[in-house]
Amino acid sequence: MLINKPPGIRPSEITPESVFRNRRQLLRAAGLGGAGLLLGTGCSAEESEASGALKSLDVVKGSSFSTDEPMTDYEDITSYNNFYEFGLDKSDPARLSGDFKPRPWSVEIAGEAAKTGVFDLDDIIGPHPIEERIYRLRCVEAWSMVVPWNGIPLGDIIKRFEPTSRAKYVAFETVVRPSEMPGQRRGVLDFPYVEGLTMAEAMHPLTLLAVGLYGRELPNQNGAPLRLVVPWKYGFKSIKSIVKISFTETEPPTTWSLSAPREYGFYANVNPEVDHPRWSQAKERAIGGGVFSPKKPTLMFNGYAEQVASLYEGLDLRKNF
Amino acid sequence: MKASICAKTSSAFAPGYYSVIGMPTQRQIRYGIKPLVFLLCALPLLSLIGRAFGFGDDLGPNPVETLQDVLGEWGLRFLLATLAVTPLRLLLGKPWLGQFRRMLGLFAFTYAGLHFANYLVLDQSLDLATIVEDIVERPFITVGFVAVVTMVPLAITSTAGWRRRLGKRWNALHRLVYPAAILACWHFWWQVKKDITEPLIYAAILAALLGYRIWRHVSQKTQSA
Repeated sequence: MLINKPPGIRPSEITPESVFRNRRQLLRAAGLGGAGLLLGTGCSAEESEASGALKSLDVVKGSSFSTDEPMTDYEDITSYNNFYEFGLDKSDPARLSGDFKPRPWSVEIAGEAAKTGVFDLDDIIGPHPIEERIYRLRCVEAWSMVVPWNGIPLGDIIKRFEPTSRAKYVAFETVVRPSEMPGQRRGVLDFPYVEGLTMAEAMHPLTLLAVGLYGRELPNQNGAPLRLVVPWKYGFKSIKSIVKISFTETEPPTTWSLSAPREYGFYANVNPEVDHPRWSQAKERAIGGGVFSPKKPTLMFNGYAEQVASLYEGLDLRKNF
Repeated sequence: MKASICAKTSSAFAPGYYSVIGMPTQRQIRYGIKPLVFLLCALPLLSLIGRAFGFGDDLGPNPVETLQDVLGEWGLRFLLATLAVTPLRLLLGKPWLGQFRRMLGLFAFTYAGLHFANYLVLDQSLDLATIVEDIVERPFITVGFVAVVTMVPLAITSTAGWRRRLGKRWNALHRLVYPAAILACWHFWWQVKKDITEPLIYAAILAALLGYRIWRHVSQKTQSA
């Protein structure tokens, strides 16, 4: 069940790095003088400045799990973020994460596993090839993106730590550094941010531990240096800047369900039929679509039903939202 | 004429009511201050239009949301500004300030109306089924919708002609601005995902503005008793 290859999704057509351009920058540049564009390298000054310090990654492309939908612009992915550790406004993480130091970084592996302890990030990801996975991202706030993540299937990493038969869940924890993360100085959420998956969800080949996007290391605002990506769940499940992964026997607490249990559950699977108590989840606004593009329908499990629906057979998704 | 408007709505014990020192002439108000205030009130809208066409900051990765948020916030701000006119006029003893109330109220309606129109057209693409479902089933949208609807008769009857025709009933009708402001604050509060600091600030200002009126009403009653 876990290793079946999804039919129907074609290998993605990869946009070369030189074409990672931003629509709005394009328009602006066109307004200033379109000729320059044709001659240019395609990497605008603004973008190279924003991502210039981030190391390029050696990435294996062409995953059959990737979507061939058009990718959201790099600038939008890195300037429109929910990352309350840096502030509540979506522009805050990009503006206020400059002091954050994602290196050196270590991750504690704990709980029901044969190999536990504190490991350097390089030791955790080093043995694995970094794959590109172009995934849809659906936020619980009814907007969406298509992001070319770079990472390692979480299951491949988990296996190395040899979880025991008592490991039924995997719990994750974000770093707490109020001096570098201004949002943590305000008590809006109880930090550290915590998240969790069932073991089957964690081992699913779609589930990714990401270290980069668009072929470069993750920017701070996107959860540097290590974050989870679970494409069939609402974005808040994909916890950022992970410092601890533990294997547990019981369902671990998760930040948003602790904060507002009526509105956010443990599973948080994308589901157009189960509305948020305050707004509809039937449609989503694609970021980068512009003012006049209508919302598009949200798909069950964010379009990954074929791969993941079997994980939830017999589960009442209305109760387990 | 200006004196008669003041006499109708001011209380005799308001401090400085009879002072006219430092008061601008009607001519200054009409041709200087009013156009200036109008322009100031229109600035947020002009700025949004400018940003939509690529001047300065653009509207960001989610322009429809930006429009929705900015228009809504200014609608609420102008609603509170409108409600602040009477307390300020009385407390500062500047009766001429009352002449700006209608303009501020109409700007509140303009921003709130554009906020609603943006929701209908750009956000929902005029998908009537979804819009009706939203208004009926989602309390925060219901509350916002009622707030905008409440402001419609106020905007229509804001002209001098309507005021004359309605006489005493005009004042009664225009008390609808109080529920409209309460609903608008409530709408904002309910919409927020987690951090209620901002709605709390607006609610506190509204409470002060309404509290002043209650206090004044009560103290007038006790004085006349």
